[in-house]
Amino acid sequence: MGTYIARRLLQSILVMLGVTLLSFLTLHLAGDPTYLYVSERASEQEIIDTRQKLGFDRPLPVQYFDFLGRLLQGDLGTSLRARKPALELVMERLPATLELTLFAMFLSTILAIPIGIYSATKRGTPLDGGIMLFAMLGQSIPGFWLGIMLILSVGLGLRWLPISGHIPVIQPALEGDISTAISNVPNALLHLIMPGITVGVFSLSRNARLVRSSMLEVLSQDYIVTARSKGLAERRITFNHAFRNALIPVVTILGLEFGFLLSGVVVAETVFSWPGVGRLVFNAINQRDIPLVQASVVLFSLLFVMLNLIVDLLYAQLDPRIRLN
Amino acid sequence: MNTSPVVKIKRNTRVMELRRAGRSLLKARWPIVGLIILSFMIFLALFGPQIAPKDPNRQTLILRLQAPMTQNADGVVDFPLGTDALGRDLLSRMIYGARISLFVGLASVLIGGVIGTMAGVISGYLGGAIDDIIMRLADIQLAFPFILLTIMVLVVLGAGVFNLIIVLGVSQWVTYARIARAQTIAQREREYVEAARSAGARDWHIMMTTIFPNILAPLIVIASFNVASVILAEASLSFLGLGVPPTVPSWGGILAESRDQLLGGSWWLAVFPGVAIMLTVLSLNILGDWLRDFLDPRLRR
Repeated sequence: MGTYIARRLLQSILVMLGVTLLSFLTLHLAGDPTYLYVSERASEQEIIDTRQKLGFDRPLPVQYFDFLGRLLQGDLGTSLRARKPALELVMERLPATLELTLFAMFLSTILAIPIGIYSATKRGTPLDGGIMLFAMLGQSIPGFWLGIMLILSVGLGLRWLPISGHIPVIQPALEGDISTAISNVPNALLHLIMPGITVGVFSLSRNARLVRSSMLEVLSQDYIVTARSKGLAERRITFNHAFRNALIPVVTILGLEFGFLLSGVVVAETVFSWPGVGRLVFNAINQRDIPLVQASVVLFSLLFVMLNLIVDLLYAQLDPRIRLN
Repeated sequence: MNTSPVVKIKRNTRVMELRRAGRSLLKARWPIVGLIILSFMIFLALFGPQIAPKDPNRQTLILRLQAPMTQNADGVVDFPLGTDALGRDLLSRMIYGARISLFVGLASVLIGGVIGTMAGVISGYLGGAIDDIIMRLADIQLAFPFILLTIMVLVVLGAGVFNLIIVLGVSQWVTYARIARAQTIAQREREYVEAARSAGARDWHIMMTTIFPNILAPLIVIASFNVASVILAEASLSFLGLGVPPTVPSWGGILAESRDQLLGGSWWLAVFPGVAIMLTVLSLNILGDWLRDFLDPRLRR
């Protein structure tokens, strides 16, 4: 296990360096990045001053190590519009995004697993067919479009759910106001349903299909046939014998899932005016606020790499075959 | 004309394969539906300018935001699917939009597929240090939330069809590389490769003309799923304003414009392009599923 952790840690550090290098180089893809920081009508002198101020006149390697050094100190640059540190802006909005992502994660795993198992045990029935048809549709719908359709039908048409707005739960909890956090939960969930479905529908559908097919695979194996011929109850076979082995492929993609959902958040937050990092990125894109876009991308990527690492280590703990391989 | 028996047998098996595929396709209902829908979209994409009733960019500001099937003073329906906020014909814009979605999907899958397959075949066939480097690069890319980097690249380079295709194409190479590598390793020691090698064929020749045709099947399956996911990604990016410029009609772009009209009740601007995207992607997914099951009988259940 020790060597596995060491190897995996080393790999993560390499990936993080890769992330920072790529997001650094991206800025220089179009040539001199100074022009991304000044307005179109900037004078020659202004451009030269900005270039010098931001250090774009120095050699690339020097700039990169400077970038890396500042990153380690938590300095991700200053937003061009808000004139505030980009990190501060992102951190302010992170709780709302985490709430949305976690809720979507809940849908795409906790909900997908029973659906997939149920579908597998009812294989071939119209119900199984119906569930799989919905799962197929869910994988083919642009998430943000489903969000728009939900706003039109459930929100504006039936008026069942709020079409925008966010009730904070993590934020008050972080500030120590637990009672507010708890009393906010029911209302927060109401506001989370539609954005959550928007972010999670693709993963929910894919995972339900994945669980179903891996369950079917496991159910056709010899040890299940043995269990059945011993006369065990079907329920017991499903839960005690098949369930755990059927979950392996799902656990494998759990880490990647979080990052996938995080990327979906950018669009979903825009549709539902959710006050999270995604909307911040969207506004930053439209205002060409490069440092803010870069800071968000770097932070999200680092978060993603770390989560992947944690999931992998947990996974190796669960399944000895991984760490011994 | 003299054809050698070997060529004849080869041709016959190929014909039989095609017949088997045709029969299997006819037996399954959904793939046929998918094929019909997809063919229809391809038809729209190819002959858009000939089919579209109006110029997709012509603005008639007095007739803005007309609901579908609105009749004009003479009782004639001018705009079957209605008009957008600038009074442009939605039907024509949708027909032209098929082009962008399918073109971006196919072109970027082609780019990703070619790069990935070459990298995978080289990696699997040569092994050693080259293999290590390519696979480590693949690991790094997989550990990346790629859509975020895509956003970053498009912000810096600017939105546009060309940039979109390149970025989406490069983002997919890993899938192809991994599968091509695994398949190449499995084929490398087979007798026919051995035979080619002992006949003096060069490495490059063996990789491209001996091994490549034999590992193509699983790559085509992946490609069909990837066209679907690229179309979805293109729609998302266009929705964020990072895709196709607004002057070019695209399904994602029309959806993006619809956002401002939602509260005003112009539902048609959001509904029709979304349905078009969904049907196209659904068809590709269904066909991909069928193709996978057809090519790999073990998965049939």
